[in-house]
Amino acid sequence: MSPVTVIVGSSVGGVRTAQALRSRGYAGDVVLVGEETVAPYDKPPLSKGVLAGTSTGDDITLLTESAARDAGIRLLLGRAATRLDVAGHRVELADGEQLRYDDVVLATGAQARPSPWGAPPGLHVLRTLADATTLARDLRRGGPLVVIGAGFVGAEVAATARGLGVRDVTLVDPAPAPMSRVLDPAVAGWFARLHAEHGVTTRFGVGVDGVEQVEDGLVVRLGDGTPLPAATVVVGIGAVPNDDWLRTSGLRLDDGVVCDRFSRAADHVHAVGDVARVPHPRRGGLGRAEHWTNAVEQAACVAHNIVRPDAPRVHEPVEYVWSDQYDRTLQLTGHTGGALGHVLVPGPDPERSFAALYAEPDGTFAGAVTVSWPRALVVCRKAAGTMSLEEVRQLVSARRPSARTGAVT
Amino acid sequence: MALVKADLDLCQGYANCVVAADDVFDLDDDGLVVVLRKEVSGSEMDRISDAARSCPVAALRVETP
Ligand SMILES: Cc1cc2nc3c(=O)[nH]c(=O)nc-3n(C[C@H](O)[C@H](O)[C@H](O)COP(=O)(O)OP(=O)(O)OC[C@H]3O[C@@H](n4cnc5c(N)ncnc54)[C@H](O)[C@@H]3O)c2cc1C
Ligand code: SF4
Repeated sequence: MSPVTVIVGSSVGGVRTAQALRSRGYAGDVVLVGEETVAPYDKPPLSKGVLAGTSTGDDITLLTESAARDAGIRLLLGRAATRLDVAGHRVELADGEQLRYDDVVLATGAQARPSPWGAPPGLHVLRTLADATTLARDLRRGGPLVVIGAGFVGAEVAATARGLGVRDVTLVDPAPAPMSRVLDPAVAGWFARLHAEHGVTTRFGVGVDGVEQVEDGLVVRLGDGTPLPAATVVVGIGAVPNDDWLRTSGLRLDDGVVCDRFSRAADHVHAVGDVARVPHPRRGGLGRAEHWTNAVEQAACVAHNIVRPDAPRVHEPVEYVWSDQYDRTLQLTGHTGGALGHVLVPGPDPERSFAALYAEPDGTFAGAVTVSWPRALVVCRKAAGTMSLEEVRQLVSARRPSARTGAVT
Repeated sequence: MALVKADLDLCQGYANCVVAADDVFDLDDDGLVVVLRKEVSGSEMDRISDAARSCPVAALRVETP
C-alpha cells in the first residue's frame, strides 16, 4: 500500500504543504481536508482587496479543483476533522469517516477571538471569506463604523473602509497607540497620525465596556462612558488557535499544538502555521506565529521532513509580516517593539518611507520595521540576529538611491 | 531546465522571493522584483519553486517546458 499523508486544514499552511510534498517527489497519496466548502483561499486580502472590492474570491483562490487534480492532491472540502487517534494513525471526520495516515499534518490555523459583546446584527469579526463578504456588504451601507482593536487586522479594516468612502470611522484600542504589541511608541504614533490624516477618529488608551443594540443600530460604550453610535462594528482583538478538535489526542496543547524544533508534535504528527507552537530558534521559549510567511516556510520544512525523515530540517523562521494601510506598506521582521532601543533611517522619500531598526541590549540587531521601503526590508530580514545595529544601519542607508538621499535624522 | 517568470503588475515588493533565493531574485529601487537569472537547472527546482510559492500575490511562476 502506498503511504498516505493527511493534511487537516486547507488554507495557506495546508495547501503549501501539499504542493511542497509533490514538488519534492512524494510518491504517496496526499489528502487535504478542509472544513469550509469553498475552494482553499488566502486570508491577507480579506482585510484589503476583498473588502475594497478589488479582489474577488477567484483572485484569492490558493488551489482550484483542477489544479488539485493535476497535482494529485485529493481535496475533501466541507469536511471537518473531529478527532485524531495518534496511536491508531487515524483522523476522524464529522461524518464519521476515518482516514488512515502514515503522516498527518495539523494545519487548522486559528479563528477570530470571539466578541465578548455577543453577535448582534452589524457586529463582525474577520477571519473567513464569508466574514469578509458580509462585512464588505455592510460597509457599503456607509458609516458610522467602529473598529475595536487596532492590531493589523483592525488598522487595515479602518484604512480600507476610508478608502471605500465610509465617512465616520473610529478606531478604538485600550493600548496607547495602534499595533503597539510590535511597534515602539514613536513608530506607532506615526501610524496613529497616518490614520488621523486619513480621517479616522482614533480613541487610544480607552477600552470598551459594551456594545448595545438600539433601535437604529448599535452603540459602542467606551470605558470613559462615551457612547459611539455605529451602523457597523468590527471586533479585531486577535485570534485563537483551532486546537479544540485535538483535546482527546493526547498531544500537548498550550494555546496551540506544542511542537519540537522539527515542527513535530509526535512521531509522524507535524504541525504548520497559526496552530503550531514551536521553540523560538534564537530567543528560546515557545512561540506561535500568526503570519503568512511563517506558514509557507514551515510548510516547506514539514514537507521535507515527511519526504526525508532520515534528514529532518529545523524550522528556523525569521519573523516577517506585512500590512497594507492606505498607500503604505508596513513590513516587520525579527524582534521589534517598545522595550528595545532603536534608530530611525529615513527612506528614499523621507516624507513617506523610513526604517526603524531595533537592537537587543547588547547592541545586536534584533529586527526592523520598514514603511514603504522594500529594499531596506530585504537587508533587515537577512541580518536579523547576525549583525550589530550599526552594521545594519550602514547597509540600509546604502540602499537609498543616491540621487534621492534625504538627510539622516 | 526551467524558466522563471515574474508578473510586475502583480508584484508588491513583499520580498519573500528575495529572501528565499537571492541568487535568482532581487528588488529594484522601486521595490519591484527583478529576475536575475531566468533559467534554473533541475537541481535548483525545489528551492526556486519554494521561493516562487512564497510570493504572497502569486506573481512568480517556474515553468518547465
Ligand atoms: C484578515 C486577515 C488579514 C491578514 N493579513 C496578513 C498580512 O497582511 N500579512 C501576514 O503575514 N499575515 C496576515 N494574516 C495572517 C495569515 O493569513 C495567517 O497567518 C495564515 O492564514 C495562517 O495560515 P494557516 O493555514 O496556518 O491557518 P488558517 O489560515 O487559519 O487556515 C486554517 C484552515 O483550517 C480549516 N480548519 C480549521 N479547523 C478545522 C478542522 N477541525 N477540520 C478541517 N479544517 C479545519 C479552516 O477552515 C481554515 O481553512 C492575516 C489574517 C487575516 C485573518
Ligand atoms: S515575493 Fe512576490 S510580491 Fe514579493 S517581491 Fe517577490 S514577486 Fe514581488
